[in-house]
Formats: sequence, C-alpha cells, structure tokens
Amino acid sequence: MILTFLQAAEPVAEAAGHGATSSGEFWSLIFVFVLSSFIGLGVIRRVSRLLHTPLMSLTNAISAIAVVGAILVAGGHYPLHIQVMGAIALFASMTNIVSGFLITNRMLKMFKADDKKAGGH
Amino acid sequence: MTYAFAQVGYIVATVLFILALHWMNTPDSARKGVQAGVAGMAIAVLVTWAQPEVINHAWIVIAIVLGFGVGIPLANVPLTAVPQRTALSHAFGGLAAGLVGTAKFYLWYGEGAGNLTTFRMVAITLEIILGYLTFTGSLLAAGKLQEIKWIPQRPVTYPGQNLINGLLFATAVGLGIALALHPTAPWATTAFPVVIALSLAFGVLLIIPIGGADMPTVIAILNSYAGLSAVAMGFVLDNKLLITAGALDGSSGLILAIIMCKAMNRSFTNVLFGAFGQVQQANKGGEQKQYKGETAEGAAQVMEQASLVVIVPGYGMAVAQAQHKVRELYDQLKKKGITVKFAIHPVAGRMPGHMNVLLAEADIPYTDLVEMDEINPDMPQCDVCLVVGANDVVNPAARTDKSSPIYGMPIIDADKARTIFAIKRSKNPGFAGIDNELYFSDKTWMLFGDAKGVVGELVKQFAGESGMH
Repeated sequence: MILTFLQAAEPVAEAAGHGATSSGEFWSLIFVFVLSSFIGLGVIRRVSRLLHTPLMSLTNAISAIAVVGAILVAGGHYPLHIQVMGAIALFASMTNIVSGFLITNRMLKMFKADDKKAGGH
Repeated sequence: MTYAFAQVGYIVATVLFILALHWMNTPDSARKGVQAGVAGMAIAVLVTWAQPEVINHAWIVIAIVLGFGVGIPLANVPLTAVPQRTALSHAFGGLAAGLVGTAKFYLWYGEGAGNLTTFRMVAITLEIILGYLTFTGSLLAAGKLQEIKWIPQRPVTYPGQNLINGLLFATAVGLGIALALHPTAPWATTAFPVVIALSLAFGVLLIIPIGGADMPTVIAILNSYAGLSAVAMGFVLDNKLLITAGALDGSSGLILAIIMCKAMNRSFTNVLFGAFGQVQQANKGGEQKQYKGETAEGAAQVMEQASLVVIVPGYGMAVAQAQHKVRELYDQLKKKGITVKFAIHPVAGRMPGHMNVLLAEADIPYTDLVEMDEINPDMPQCDVCLVVGANDVVNPAARTDKSSPIYGMPIIDADKARTIFAIKRSKNPGFAGIDNELYFSDKTWMLFGDAKGVVGELVKQFAGESGMH
C-alpha cells in the first residue's frame, strides 16, 4: 500500500495540470505529515498522566477538523447525494467538536489542587 | 486572495491546536488549552465556510444545528460513561472521514478521467478503509462498554479468526490497490462499495474478540485511527490543516496506546489478536484456598491506627459509582490526621486516566492521586492498603507466576503494605478469571460486598465513633 502510495507520485507528475496535486505538492504534504507527527509525539509525551481522559476528548474534538472537508463537500455546487453525504459528515464532526470541547472543559474543571481549605466541608 | 486568507487562517488554527495540547501538560493550564482548541476550530470552520466555492448554506446550517443538538447532551453524560462517549465520538470521526472520501470518489469519478489520479485514489482508499473500520469498530466498542444486551461482553473467538480477519483485510487492501492503479475503470464503481463493505465488516471483526480489560488500549488505538483517517482526508483534499490536526490526534492515540501496552506488558498485536481474558481455567482444579473475611467495624479500627493509608481504585469502583463514598472516607481519615493517597494504575478502568477523572469528580485533590511508579517505593511504609474494586493491577502473580497470563505486567505493590483490605463484590475470580494471590495473603482481609456499600459502612464506623467521643 505504502509502496503504491510512493509510486503514485510519478504518474501524478506526468498528469500535471489536473488539480493541485502535482508531484511537488505531494511531497510537501508528506513533509507536513511527518513533521506534525513529531510535534504531536513531543507535545503529547509531556501531557500530565492525570489528564489522559480529558486529553482523549480534546483530541477527539481536534480531529473533528474533518469538518473542513465536510463543509466543502456539503456546501459545494454538487449533486444532491454528494451534498447529503457531506452534510452527514458535517453533522458527525460538529457533534464531536461540540461534545468534545464541552466535556473536556467539564472534566478539567473538576481537577483541583489541595489548596488546604481548612475543614469547610 | 481568498486562498491566502484561508491559508493564514489554517496556520493560526494549527498553532492554536498545538498550544492546546501543550497546555495539557499541567492541570493548571489545561483549561486554557481547551480555549485555544475552541478558537482554532472556530477559525477553521469560519475560514472554510467563507470560501467562494461554498454556496449551499442550508445543509451546513442544518448539520451544525443538529451537531449542537446531539453534542450538548453527549457532553453531559455521567463520568462513568465517558469511555462509551469517547468510543462513540471515534465512531463519528471515522464516519465523517469515510463519507467525505466516498463523496469525493463519486464526484471525481463522475467528472471524468482527469480528476481521479492514482495519488488521489490511494489517499481516498486509505481514508475510507480507516474511516469505515474505525466507524464500526468504535460503535461496537461503545456498545460493549455501555453493556448493551445483544452485544457480547466477553471476547468472541472462533477457530481461524485471525486468518479470516487477515484475508478480509487483505482483500480490501488488494481491491484498494487495484482501484488506485485503475481509478477510472468501468468496474471501479462496483469495486469501491465492496471496499467500503469489507472495511465496515473488518471493524466489527477486529473488536469482537476484545474484552473489557483491553478496552483502554483499544480505545487509544481507535483514537489514533480516527486521527489518521483525517490525515488521509487531508491528502485527498490537499489540505494541510487536516494533515496537521489529524497527525496530532494520531500521535496522541499512539502514545496512549503505547503507555497502556507497557502498563500491561503486552504488545499491540497481542492486544488486537490475542483475545485476552477469554478462557482462563488453567488452575481450576487446584486446592481450594480460603479467604479471610473482615467486618467494616474491624477494618475501621485498624485504619484508625494507621498513619498512611493507600487506596487502590479499580473498575469496580466505577461500576458501583463508589467515588463519592470514597471521598467521604478520605475526609474522615484526613480529619484524624491520617495521610491518604490514591494509587493509580495506568490501565485501571476502561480508558486511559479513567480513575483520575472519577476521583476528581468526587472532589479529591489531584495532588493526592499518585501514579504507580511513584507510589510503589512507599508501599512498604503503608499501614493500610484499601483495594476498591481493583483486581489484576494488584495481583502479585504478575511478578512471580510465569504461567499467569498477566505475568510481567507492572502492578501496584499492594502486597507490600502492612495490612491489606480488599473490597470485592463476590468470591468469583476477576475479569480475566485469574485467581488473585493477594486475597489469600496472611496480611489480607476481605470485605465482601458492593464497593459503594462497603465504603459507606466504613464511613459510618468513623462518623458514628467520632460522635460518641
């Protein structure tokens, strides 16, 4: 699969002029992917273990960035069935964005340090 | 102009997403992280919506309104249901990626040969395989976690399972490669739905043999897949924001899965294909060992004399919703000047960090939640170790018994405490069906009953007795 993926760069170069995916563009996308994976690994490794559950709901919300693709498909000048697929995808992503951010915030609010409140309760 | 405008927006969104994750490194700054994430997402949505090619706004408005309608209730589920909610959101993520990939395929196929390049077709194939298998796999995982009646909780295995799964996946990939090489062939519109169907089926088959104890790892892996399907979408749409955000999510899932695997001393392949916890009847015929029971009254008396009490919570605490009672016990002990710490095993519960969230909900300060590696050196100084619904994570067989399925798994050294009280619902062995040697130790006394009830009894002992003084 990966091999096919790499070979794919060549025919694309020949078919230049179709869309934005020229060979150079393909490699720059790979570049972006590799670099952002490393940033991700570096940043996530330092996340507090206490917060792994909220981390997961936060990344859920962030990966709902698929919303971008969904908007382009749902809102474009396309046949109805294509728009409907886009709209369902948009609904699914939006649900993740809303519930992901809200529940992360809700959970994080609960984490309190022991600020030695004297008795009180 | 609009192109540059969109790109600037996407770069800002990327930076905000990275900051969001960066600020998760301490609980103090974490909420700032959520705000950064929301800001990044809002920019991404608005900038995309403002693109000139987006002309049909009705669908967008309807979908966004419905998204809010479903998303808000989903954000307010009880915290014990967070693992299911998380699995469900992975399913939504997978579905979105799969649908966008499908839409793009039919769109480009319909528009004629030029658009469906091999490169795009490879990306679409990756996107739909990952997307749809994450969709059904996560739905099934959510169903298992929610304990829906008609979904089997126990791992389902049958002879040749891995072979069948492998063949199915190989067929899907093989068809995908064929499609990538001949994206505009007349049979492509027939092969494409077949790849979708195979991916959907594969997702189900992948999760069916997985039991509850492995859910933390599986949820993390599905998290990673959901991210990677967004990356594939980025390749399809030639959109770098999708690639960066998806890669952040993918690496997060990967790291969590690695942490979970390490905490169980198992490999990815073993989790996915090992069908852990299916049948463990090896030492069934062995000698009948005896538990020593204890009453709440007796346990309370011992605890009162302690200077350090370590509480080890497990999935049983979540099931019994006992975290608030545990908090009352924590308060009572603290009032007597006893130091109380919680020992958190990375795989306790059904998802990474599950116990921390439940205890934080019960208002226990996170400074008293201690990771396994940090608490273990202190365990010999611990006077009383109270095990609340945890089992495998305190089983000393992991250190000593080479024949045990959990051999080699790092555990919380509960057995090194001076006295151990273990709360257990029944006398049956734990999830994996493994006998827990800890329960038969000379220093261990069992408190049988529902975790909430037993901890409640303990609290009553302390409360009643302080009243009498």
